Amino acid sequence: MEIVYVYTKKRSEFGRQCNFSDRPAELHVDILPDTSLAANFTVRDPCNVTIQCAEEMSEHEVNTERFESESRGINHVEGGWPKDLNPEDMEATIRYRKKVEKDEHYQNTIMQIAGLMEHCCKQNNATDIYQEFFEDEDEEVMEESEEQPSAKTINVFRDPNEVKRTATSLSWHPDGNHKLAVAYSSLEFQKAPNDMSFDSYIWDIENPNKPEMTLKPVSPLVCLEYNPKDSHILVGGSYNGQIAYWDTRKGSQPVEMSTIEHSHRDPVYKVIWLQSKTGMDIFSASTDGQVLWWDIRKMSEPTERLILDPSKKGNLDNALGAVSLEFETTMPTKFMVGTEQGLVVSCNRKAKTPAEKIVCTYSGHHGPIYALQRNPFFPKNFLTVADWTARIWSEDIKESSIMWTKYHMAHLLDGCWSPVRPSVFFTVKMDGTLDVWDILFKQNDPTLSLKVCDEALYSIQVQDNGRFLGCGSQLGTTTLLEISGGLCTLQKNEKALVSEMFERETKREKILEARHREMRLKERSRSEQSREDEGKEADGEESTEELVARAEKEFFDILEAEKRKERNEEKERDKEKGVCEEKDFQEEYETNGVSSFARREISM
Amino acid sequence: MFCSSLLFCSCYSVQAEVEDTLKRIQGINGVIGTIVVNAEGIPIKTTLDNSTTVQYAGLLHQLTMKARSTVRDIDPQNDLTFLRIRSKKHEIMVSTDKEYLLIVIQNPTE
Repeated sequence: MEIVYVYTKKRSEFGRQCNFSDRPAELHVDILPDTSLAANFTVRDPCNVTIQCAEEMSEHEVNTERFESESRGINHVEGGWPKDLNPEDMEATIRYRKKVEKDEHYQNTIMQIAGLMEHCCKQNNATDIYQEFFEDEDEEVMEESEEQPSAKTINVFRDPNEVKRTATSLSWHPDGNHKLAVAYSSLEFQKAPNDMSFDSYIWDIENPNKPEMTLKPVSPLVCLEYNPKDSHILVGGSYNGQIAYWDTRKGSQPVEMSTIEHSHRDPVYKVIWLQSKTGMDIFSASTDGQVLWWDIRKMSEPTERLILDPSKKGNLDNALGAVSLEFETTMPTKFMVGTEQGLVVSCNRKAKTPAEKIVCTYSGHHGPIYALQRNPFFPKNFLTVADWTARIWSEDIKESSIMWTKYHMAHLLDGCWSPVRPSVFFTVKMDGTLDVWDILFKQNDPTLSLKVCDEALYSIQVQDNGRFLGCGSQLGTTTLLEISGGLCTLQKNEKALVSEMFERETKREKILEARHREMRLKERSRSEQSREDEGKEADGEESTEELVARAEKEFFDILEAEKRKERNEEKERDKEKGVCEEKDFQEEYETNGVSSFARREISM
Repeated sequence: MFCSSLLFCSCYSVQAEVEDTLKRIQGINGVIGTIVVNAEGIPIKTTLDNSTTVQYAGLLHQLTMKARSTVRDIDPQNDLTFLRIRSKKHEIMVSTDKEYLLIVIQNPTE
């Protein structure tokens, strides 16, 4: 129903001011109740109405602004001296003291209290009431009491900037471990907002309110490492591929940066200090496929370069992107690189030709290898963390890992061994959980799984004493955790048991490998493909294209087969129809007539 | 304490006795230092260096005041006579009087 009101105005009166006048009320529309609509409703009797006779309250959350506190020192001056005496004046003080000593009251008092004191001192010497009687037995008691493994958050360091960045790398201070250097950057491609700060911080673990020192690089740092020999020097690899080093005594600006032309072309994911006489050598890895060696005193050019080309030709286009590096000071000529493609490449630094530098590769992961570390007690075994699993490898077995965890529901983003226990390692996941694994205790599940925060945890680093660990999250929050004593004290026989376990698994893998090799040999000799060895390289490169072509062909073949089947079925149906028609026609023709024939057709 | 000191020659002053006593305490096995502090917290006599003395005197003076007030709060007729603080490294003993404090730091039987 349309309600329309028509308003007319003379053309000559347009623009004239409005003159309002009174007039009586006019009824424009009167909508009468339609009682027939009542049939659509039923009377509800009784009606339930809830009423509360109480004060109306509402819940609000308020968070006060953080109280900023700063520690300052106060200088105290000696007091208590009489007003006319200047405490700085040596003579005056000595005179005062001598005066007091001559006082009779003083002398009597001293005699009294000195007597009591002498008695107590001699008492102390006679018996040591604080002697530890059950020291040796204490250890046994501790072992028997089964302490549940646990971890406790000690401190949380938040990124002070408004725009939160991921804490991509952590490094503990080499002496004393009371400082933690954290590198912040945004690893999401092109998602870094323009006003994102580039700073990285060094935190004092006692003070989570304010970082102790700021490092200001030219581009956000992806990795940061303290020099193990000189705790004032840190080196960082940045998002734009440059390497810079800082001296904490010299301020927040980098002391020197590598030149852009000779640096990496992709973010530098890992930088490690080398063991050398000068203590000034580092090497860095990036997803552009290069591993570069530098001497930090001369950052204009790398001292050495290695291209991670698995075909050993030094072809940069073929190169694998490196995401993690591993270097053990006890084996200074060897190092390992974890790649984006899921391969671990083991290299020898002292090889004469670049082709010999790459010794072997270990495959088995489906995604980039985020962490790679040798077991500090058994350097032949190393841990890799990638995709949804963590795997333990033995250097001798190249085809597969000797032990691995189950596939988790979230990606594993970083991991490391405990420096004090050979069977314990830590991993962090994308859902913000930290897992502590003790392979002597349980292999299928982590011994302790702790949800640290709601966002993904990107990095983890254990302190040298194995008790504290720091983990960095996507929003820049670094959490400092302390793990329970059981997980950081070496158990008796642990080394022997772990070494036995590793040997057993290695042997198992070796046997499996040998069997596989045998089976392959048999196949090869059976199929008589002599080109396999030579053409393997070419096959390797084209295999993906071949596979795609093959998949397409199969798909279209299946389509064709289906179409053909359908066509055949149709034809058969038509044929049947035709046959039936003929049959019916004959029947009807013989018996009834046209009508029943038509009915039969419909029922077909 | 040697009461027989009175039998010595009378010119043997009490002051010398005081010196003797303090020296004896300092000589006890394990004693690191001795400090005598007056009611205002000024160190009168000390065997340690100045900065350490000032620190001990100031801090222990306050602590003794607090301890004394605690004892007297519980029982006003009572008073603090001796305070012993055992720490990991050594034992600090404070013998108190209304006006003076005697502080001794001892490292008991190792």
